[in-house]
Amino acid sequence: MELFDLSVITGSLPEFWRGLWMTLQLTGFALLFGFFAAIPLAVLRLSPNRLVSTPVAAYTYFFRGTPMLVQLLLVYYGASQWEWMRAAWEAGHPLWTLFREPYFCALFAFGLNTCAYTVEILAGSMRNTPHGELEAAKAMGMTRLKALQRIVIPSALRRMIPTYSNEVILMLQGSAIASAVTLVDLTGAARNVYSRHFAPFEAFVFVGLIYLMLTFVLVGLFKLAEQRWLAHLAPRKAGAGRSS
Amino acid sequence: MAGASRAPTQENNMNHKASVEQVRVEDLHKSYGDHEVLKGVSLTANSGDVISIIGSSGSGKSTWLRCINFLECPTAGRILVAGKEVALVRNRKGELVVKDAHQLQQIRTRLSMVFQHFNLWSHMTVLENVVEAPVHVLGLSKAEARERAERYLERVGVWKFRDAYPAHMSGGQQQRVAIARALAMEPAVLLFDEPTSALDPELVGEVLKVMRSLAEEGRTMMVVTHEMGFAREVSNHVIFVHQGRVEEEGDPREVLVRPRSERLQQFLSGNLK
Repeated sequence: MELFDLSVITGSLPEFWRGLWMTLQLTGFALLFGFFAAIPLAVLRLSPNRLVSTPVAAYTYFFRGTPMLVQLLLVYYGASQWEWMRAAWEAGHPLWTLFREPYFCALFAFGLNTCAYTVEILAGSMRNTPHGELEAAKAMGMTRLKALQRIVIPSALRRMIPTYSNEVILMLQGSAIASAVTLVDLTGAARNVYSRHFAPFEAFVFVGLIYLMLTFVLVGLFKLAEQRWLAHLAPRKAGAGRSS
Repeated sequence: MAGASRAPTQENNMNHKASVEQVRVEDLHKSYGDHEVLKGVSLTANSGDVISIIGSSGSGKSTWLRCINFLECPTAGRILVAGKEVALVRNRKGELVVKDAHQLQQIRTRLSMVFQHFNLWSHMTVLENVVEAPVHVLGLSKAEARERAERYLERVGVWKFRDAYPAHMSGGQQQRVAIARALAMEPAVLLFDEPTSALDPELVGEVLKVMRSLAEEGRTMMVVTHEMGFAREVSNHVIFVHQGRVEEEGDPREVLVRPRSERLQQFLSGNLK
């Protein structure tokens, strides 16, 4: 037996492809949901009204305080514990039957998980808005809502890019646990290949490399995003902004 | 929602420098807890007036200015803007806040403020900073606001930096952008809160020059400042604040040259450069 049998990989390429596609979907949709839901939630998180901010704080605390795998298993296996949920499944209820689908359960758990982290990242960034910039917004006649919309949120979103890139990368790697609920993502594909050929090295090294490459692309994209949206914090380029 | 639109008659009056009352403050008090920072101060600014408010740090002069556009809320007193009394209600903390959000916005668009630390929006370019409030507060079209912004950036001599970010500019340049941002609201009164105090000494001149030229245009200005030269030469009225009270006020050529109160004499001798 060779140390690294390439034919194992080449023979299973279609399976890896489907796994990659699954990983990208799960990660992408969860992040998309998490990001856009985090914006209003971060605003509520910072509300001076305790009745508004506490539920959001409790939500982020729960999702950041428990492993994502536990959350996933809870959603997937836990749903069927409810009598009414099972009844809804029998009745073919369009919404609740979704919780029978491992794909939906994974998106649900991943989305809520990354959203919780993103809320905290964004809220922290919003909290760090320079006080003077808020004051200027007020002094120019902006309402609280307008100042949020035009100053606080755009500025906070930009400043959170480096921290958020971590969350995105962690989400990509974290999506590997989807295989725990029968989904065949990249890791799931590797596991199948491994059990079929008993070639752990080939299977796991190969997907490891794919994860590395995906991360490499993400890092590059975030670098571009920083250049585009964080130019105002970059050191000044020679000649720019100097009086002649 | 469009902000304050000035009646054409007032516009004309401003151009003719007729004495139209722009801001009147009567018996303003401000406390932080037990500490009373302002103990009943009053002033009237007519169009074309340049009022300098001087005093040592902690005298309450900045607080006074910030109470006029309600960045801070007074604990007692009356404020009239363009002859119209601002309707105030007391909040739970015992401060007076503007009753009607629309009136608050009108006041703030009529009275534009320039801050000690510029407070430019750091994620926006110079041009975006100046275009922002005219579009999103006054409701101007983007093209109109841009034309206006470029005009005022040109006016204060920073047009060539229009695409730069504030952090990449010197303090003097940033402050001139902040002045352009205030001007782009075409306010009735410009409020300056120690506009040169955060600047390196060699940058103070460029900002004062702009302010001086604005005063010469006949703009109504209220300036909290430590620049005695500016107070003496540019303003037509100077107010010396000491421990939350107006200690002495009047024509700067009179008050600053022959101060009557001992406090002002001390203050000025400490400030002689």
